[in-house]
Amino acid sequence: MLSRIVREKWFAIASFIVLIIGAWYLFALLMNGNQLVKNYERRNMDWTISSVVAEAYQVKRPMLPAPHQVIDELYNTVFDTRITSKRSLVFHTLITLQSTLLGFLLGTALGILIAVGIVHNRTLEASLMPWVIASQSIPILAIAPMIVVVLGAVGLTGLVPKSIISMYLSFFPVTIGMVKGLRSADRLHMELLHTYSANAHQLFWTLRWFSAQPYLFASLKVGIAAALVGAIVGELPTGAQGGLGARLLSGSYYGQTTQIWSALFMAALLGSVLVWLVSLAEKVLLRRRGLAHE
Amino acid sequence: MNSKLVCGFFALSFCSLSAISLMVEPGFFDRSPVLLLLFPAIYVSAAKVMSLLTAYGDQGRPLSRYSRISVPLVFALIVGLTWESMVSGYQVPFVLLPPPSTIVSAFFNNTSVLWADFRQTYLKAVLAGYVIGCTSGFVVATLAVKSRYLQNGLVPMGNFMSAIPIVGIAPIMVMWFGFDWQSKAAVIVVLTFFPMFINTLTGLKSVDALQKDLFHTYAATKTQTFFKSQLPQALPFIFDALKINSTLALIGAIVAEFFGTPIVGMGFRISTEVGRMNMDVVWATILVAALAGSISYGALALLEKATLFWHASLRGMRAR
Repeated sequence: MLSRIVREKWFAIASFIVLIIGAWYLFALLMNGNQLVKNYERRNMDWTISSVVAEAYQVKRPMLPAPHQVIDELYNTVFDTRITSKRSLVFHTLITLQSTLLGFLLGTALGILIAVGIVHNRTLEASLMPWVIASQSIPILAIAPMIVVVLGAVGLTGLVPKSIISMYLSFFPVTIGMVKGLRSADRLHMELLHTYSANAHQLFWTLRWFSAQPYLFASLKVGIAAALVGAIVGELPTGAQGGLGARLLSGSYYGQTTQIWSALFMAALLGSVLVWLVSLAEKVLLRRRGLAHE
Repeated sequence: MNSKLVCGFFALSFCSLSAISLMVEPGFFDRSPVLLLLFPAIYVSAAKVMSLLTAYGDQGRPLSRYSRISVPLVFALIVGLTWESMVSGYQVPFVLLPPPSTIVSAFFNNTSVLWADFRQTYLKAVLAGYVIGCTSGFVVATLAVKSRYLQNGLVPMGNFMSAIPIVGIAPIMVMWFGFDWQSKAAVIVVLTFFPMFINTLTGLKSVDALQKDLFHTYAATKTQTFFKSQLPQALPFIFDALKINSTLALIGAIVAEFFGTPIVGMGFRISTEVGRMNMDVVWATILVAALAGSISYGALALLEKATLFWHASLRGMRAR
């Protein structure tokens, strides 16, 4: 009986979560307690273990905020603050979401366009494909602050520079996936269409586009996660007024650890929701075509 | 005959525009817009040259190898020339976009600074974090492949981690481990652990049933099965993770440096020189990062070729 429960998936996940939270509280105690003790000794104050334990979870600027402190901060900045206020985390999340989505759309469009070009034109493949791959070995995020500054100098501020970074990060998985997908069309079907003397255009819209869809969705999931990273990093340069990245940066400047952690939680939540939405769309679309796997 | 003519025309128009953009005083497109006609000439002839080279590369002649490499090179040359001539031809402000020639000269003029940054960011933070992250991901995967429980718990976590922007932990790591390279290495460890873990696990589990049965009939021990069947089958997956991680690691280090560094490092150089409007140094740093990224990626690809020459995925490539 017990060994069967241990083999269950939910048990493993639940026990891991409990384990992580437990470890978190332990580390919070150790790290914050250590700081507290140093503080006491500097001021020549007496301290007991119990007083340190009691205070370790309530420090204003802890080394590691306890989970309940982070959730507290999250609740305060999400529900107890007006959305239009700059203290509201929802306000910052929406800013990040906007540039993520815009960058994701641009990146997907660019990725599909390049993939279609590569599949249909041998010269384009030979000249472009090596650079598409090389583009990802370049740590583009390094350029992020510069793109923001440069485009700011031309008068482009706000959404667009950040989305360009997102676009650059998300086009690659889409291109690679689409090239694979467009080429994955069944050989027999291709030959059948050739016997019908279908032209490249008809071949694309009746066959290739559909054979590529499962691959496209797999890439979109990677792409949207990458777009979020791009948007957040794009907000790091000091020019950015809002967004989760700016929240991270200001939190790190002023030592507001709970603010960093709550922004981080929000980013994690946003990322998983976005990926979940894409996989939902994937399921609906592929089921309609009778392709749903599992 | 015709192809020689096209190549000659391409070479002529390319050289003339390069000569103009390097020699003539900036602003020449403003003064004589006629020169813009060189662009269509170059693009059309370049397209022809590239398609000729591609066709030659596909024929499998003795020199095909070189012509296959030359196609992307021609493409890069054209992009570079367009950049260079547009920037100097229209006198684009230096702050906006320095021409490639300035970037290259900044690269050679600042080698000592760039080398110090490279040592701080790459040789210390990236290498340490990469080795620790990849090794621990690999070790945990070899443990998890034997335990259903670990897999059930860790795989969903790995999937979750792939959806979230992990680089966000950079400020926390800087707070915990200080400004020096240790904090960057810590970010990289977290960044590289899960891709390595997931890939190694998938690889170790990808051994096909027939091979498993074969090893069983040979009464192979667990260690033998691991080293002679599972590990070799997992190697392509592991190399994939190593390649992905090499890029991730460099990104992680540079981003983490935006949150605080000693006064050296590539991320630090970029953010301070942007502030001082020294765009050529910024671009030179990016050039260093690009070179480091591509060279480590290429080295890993070569290593993969050398160790996996027997694998179906590479045998197919060589035959082609």
